[in-house]
Amino acid sequence: MVRITEAAQAYSFSRRAVVLGGIQGAAALVLAGRMTWLAVFENERYRLTAESNRVRLTLTPPRRGWIVDRNGIPIANNRTAFRVDMIPDRMEDKEKTLGLLQQILSLSEEEMARIRTDLKRASGFQPVQVSDSLDWERFAAVSVRVPEMPGVQPTRGFSRNYPLAAGVAHLVGYVGTASAEQYQKEKDPLLVAPGFKLGKDGLEKTLEDRLRGTPGAKRVEVTAHGRLVKELATRPDQPGETVKLTIDALLQEYVARRLGTNSGSATVIDVENGDILAMVSMPAYDPNSFSDGISRNEWKMLSEDDHVPLMNKALQGLYPPGSTVKPMNGLALMHAGVDPHARVVCSGAMRVGNGVFHCHKRGGHGPLDLKNAIMQSCDIYFYEMVRRVGYDAVAPMARALGLGQKFDLPFSTQRFGTVPDSAWKLKRYKQAWTVADSLNASIGQGYVLANPLQLAVMASRLASGRQLVPRLLADTPRQEAPPLAATPEQLAIIRDAMFGVINSGGTGGAARIQVPGITLAGKTGTAQVRRITMAERASGVLKNASLPFKLRDHALLVCFAPADKPKYAAGIVLEHNGHTIRNLDTPMIGRDIMTFLFDRKRAMDSLHAEEPTWGGDYRTRMAAQAQAFSTAQNAPPPEAPEDAAEAASTVASEAANATTSNTIDSSAAERGSVEAD
Amino acid sequence: MATLQSSGLGPSGIVPGPLAQLPWRIIGLVVAIGMFGLVVLYSAASGSMTPWALNQGLRFFVFLAMAIGLSRVPETFWALGAFPMYIVIVVMLVGVELLGAVAGGSQRWLDLGFIRLQPSELMKPVIVMAMARFYEILPAGEIRKFGAIWPACVLLGIPAGLVMLQPDLGTALMICFGAVTVMFLAGIPLRLFIGGALALAVAAPLAVNFVLHDYQRNRVMIFLDPESDPLGTGYHISQSKVAIGSGGVFGKGFLQGTQSHLDYLPEGHTDFALATMMEEWGLMGGFFLILGFGTLIRWGIGVSMRAQSRFARLTAAGLSATIFYYCAINMAMVMGLAPVVGVPLPLISFGGTAVMTFMICFGILLSIDRQSRRVQRW
Repeated sequence: MVRITEAAQAYSFSRRAVVLGGIQGAAALVLAGRMTWLAVFENERYRLTAESNRVRLTLTPPRRGWIVDRNGIPIANNRTAFRVDMIPDRMEDKEKTLGLLQQILSLSEEEMARIRTDLKRASGFQPVQVSDSLDWERFAAVSVRVPEMPGVQPTRGFSRNYPLAAGVAHLVGYVGTASAEQYQKEKDPLLVAPGFKLGKDGLEKTLEDRLRGTPGAKRVEVTAHGRLVKELATRPDQPGETVKLTIDALLQEYVARRLGTNSGSATVIDVENGDILAMVSMPAYDPNSFSDGISRNEWKMLSEDDHVPLMNKALQGLYPPGSTVKPMNGLALMHAGVDPHARVVCSGAMRVGNGVFHCHKRGGHGPLDLKNAIMQSCDIYFYEMVRRVGYDAVAPMARALGLGQKFDLPFSTQRFGTVPDSAWKLKRYKQAWTVADSLNASIGQGYVLANPLQLAVMASRLASGRQLVPRLLADTPRQEAPPLAATPEQLAIIRDAMFGVINSGGTGGAARIQVPGITLAGKTGTAQVRRITMAERASGVLKNASLPFKLRDHALLVCFAPADKPKYAAGIVLEHNGHTIRNLDTPMIGRDIMTFLFDRKRAMDSLHAEEPTWGGDYRTRMAAQAQAFSTAQNAPPPEAPEDAAEAASTVASEAANATTSNTIDSSAAERGSVEAD
Repeated sequence: MATLQSSGLGPSGIVPGPLAQLPWRIIGLVVAIGMFGLVVLYSAASGSMTPWALNQGLRFFVFLAMAIGLSRVPETFWALGAFPMYIVIVVMLVGVELLGAVAGGSQRWLDLGFIRLQPSELMKPVIVMAMARFYEILPAGEIRKFGAIWPACVLLGIPAGLVMLQPDLGTALMICFGAVTVMFLAGIPLRLFIGGALALAVAAPLAVNFVLHDYQRNRVMIFLDPESDPLGTGYHISQSKVAIGSGGVFGKGFLQGTQSHLDYLPEGHTDFALATMMEEWGLMGGFFLILGFGTLIRWGIGVSMRAQSRFARLTAAGLSATIFYYCAINMAMVMGLAPVVGVPLPLISFGGTAVMTFMICFGILLSIDRQSRRVQRW
């Protein structure tokens, strides 16, 4: 019995041993299958993972693309910069090295603290910036002592250079290191590579994608702990694209200098095709120092300046266009059926409802037709004529000439003003349009607001008779410019009147051009920014020179030349200019800008003669201002904002708001009296 | 198997009899795997004999000599000595526990002066022999009764519990697997295993929550969801998979592994040596090891099939299974099929105790093989 059971047991054992062997064989197959799955089917994925484990990229910032003018003159380029970085992993005696560097480069305690923090945060192979934009002497001093300081890496990099400095500040903007938010958004490691800067404002910001280029890469093999094992192949950087503008750099610089001490802007447009030849807003910051990181003092000085150097006035400044709209009004009146030869008698004032509307000429101009009304800038003529046709008949022409129009230009912030009409007022203020509204609008005050670029566009459209669209990038196609809704005869009347403004005893006689064979046509304007009370009017309106800067009138000019065959048009707006200094007022500035376009030598000679009267060119004046400011600063300077761009735009928009509120003040004056030269 | 079983240089007379009787082919296979392990350790040290390859090589040959020595021990010694050895080792396990309690903190080894002995390692082969001995003594008719089960459970429970206390989940599991395999082969009714498996399925989550230590529970959790901890324990598994996967079919080449040489692969010379190997030798290296160990285990089962006594049969099969569990658990763990439980890959992973345990199993297998062949020859 026992024997049989033992036999049975032996049988059961071998049966179960076979089962066990089967299970083991199956397990072997599963393991082999898993191996095959990992090594064959997932090989690609894991190979890449292993490779990305092994190889770390150190990005070398690409050389930023140039911005050049229409003739290839650089507006923004790169200059060699000497910088010193540290590779934490290669440092031996960290404290000794830092001490030596501090001594050689004379680094401040503030900078040392920054370097220490960066060192703590950096992983072993990632360079940490010690200092960029070093001069050659200090760079050489470090280079000589590199053997004593393992891990210190002096390199030649590039930093952004703007040859025209402040003259192009608002046009091109500036560059700076990426903010934490930008890095969060883009997740591109290039943004935190030492020495990398991106566009913070202006064209540098909007053209970032084209200008940036592709970074070069230093590939290094590192261990899991970040220790550098060896350097692998290096990929060179691909410089960014060169962007060509329609700007004429020489003209741009001339305009920037010619604006002198004014707080204002000037735009010059090619009447044949709409190309923007110059777009200047002064005073401005120096984009070179902004790109290197601005000092607290400089920041404080710029943000406290009442000439708002941080705002691009050409695109963000909104002003009542004042009398500069009168030629446009004339075209609109003719389009509405007004006979240009019909006369209105100006007695100096006009009563409408409860209000009295004054002309800028106290005694009145007497009887005037359209041409003379424009030449003498008579307010009463336009009050009366616009009262007859209604402003709703004028507004479409204003829009056709570019007022209130938004242009597709590569700038992130543009303010494009208002061309009011009854529908607009009803929607905006839930109020009916009044005759007083029409009258205010007829002399470019009240609700009418425009930026300086729009005024230049208006001039170019009056000059060409076509709806030119301003263009700034030379490689974008020119847009079609359909003709204005005006007959050649009507346009001729307007141009003739604008010729008269300057050349036949009109209000802009000071703008008469000295170049033989060239005549200038234009229209001056004055925009009041304060209310003139009845009492003041009775005792005599205060002269601008006796008013504080912020209360002085804006001075404006739109013009084109040659008057008979227009080639160039310009719009100039000088904030709170008040017509106080003759050679810094709009007519002479307009004349000189146009002179430059036809006879550069003559223009430069006269500029050289006149510049010393207002303290030299903008570079000289800015240096003097900075010197004076830092001397005056005894108290410790305030905290500089982390991101200059944001702060700049805040300041700019505040400044813009201030301007708007000025204009609202002036529109509040509607019931009393509004006048424009 | 026939070729391997009848291997040997034959009675040519040049080689002394006892040596000529050894199954040289299977020993050759073990040496081949062992040498391959040294090559892997040489590479894991970035192409250096120190600190691992030389050390491991010495141990390998010392313990191989020991295994060959063990092959001369008669089977009856193992049968009669099974229980005494079991008792000695349980006492040592308790000793380790007490020492640990005195020293404050867990301890797994006894310092005997010349060697640091891990009693839990010795328990792996000894539990197999103790179980085999128990079922040999047990009358054949009793096998389906309760009396066949509870003493086995006690035999198993004491050392497994002591090892769990250390805590060493990997070794405890190995002890349990070895013992349960012997119970299965001894003829315990199948329904008990099926029932046991079901009970385990129910108990496992409870065990995970109440019995395991935090770090062990963590490893199980991370095994179930490796993405939950990509930088912690899950990092081991994912980097190991990267090493194996990136090796491809033929590997990156000797000394060319980046995962191991640049320290991305943790424990690349111990538990995760398979990943180090497969990164450089690819799928071919992996297949070589599976085939090598598979052949070895099949030989072991063959030994058990040919064995004359019930003790020898159960011991040989149980020890083969122990080697199988070593390999299978380690490979599954390294490839992300099992939680990280700290079971080394025999002959490849660096570590003296694993070599010792393997060689004890191998030596006993050789001894049983020698016994059965002598019987056959007669």
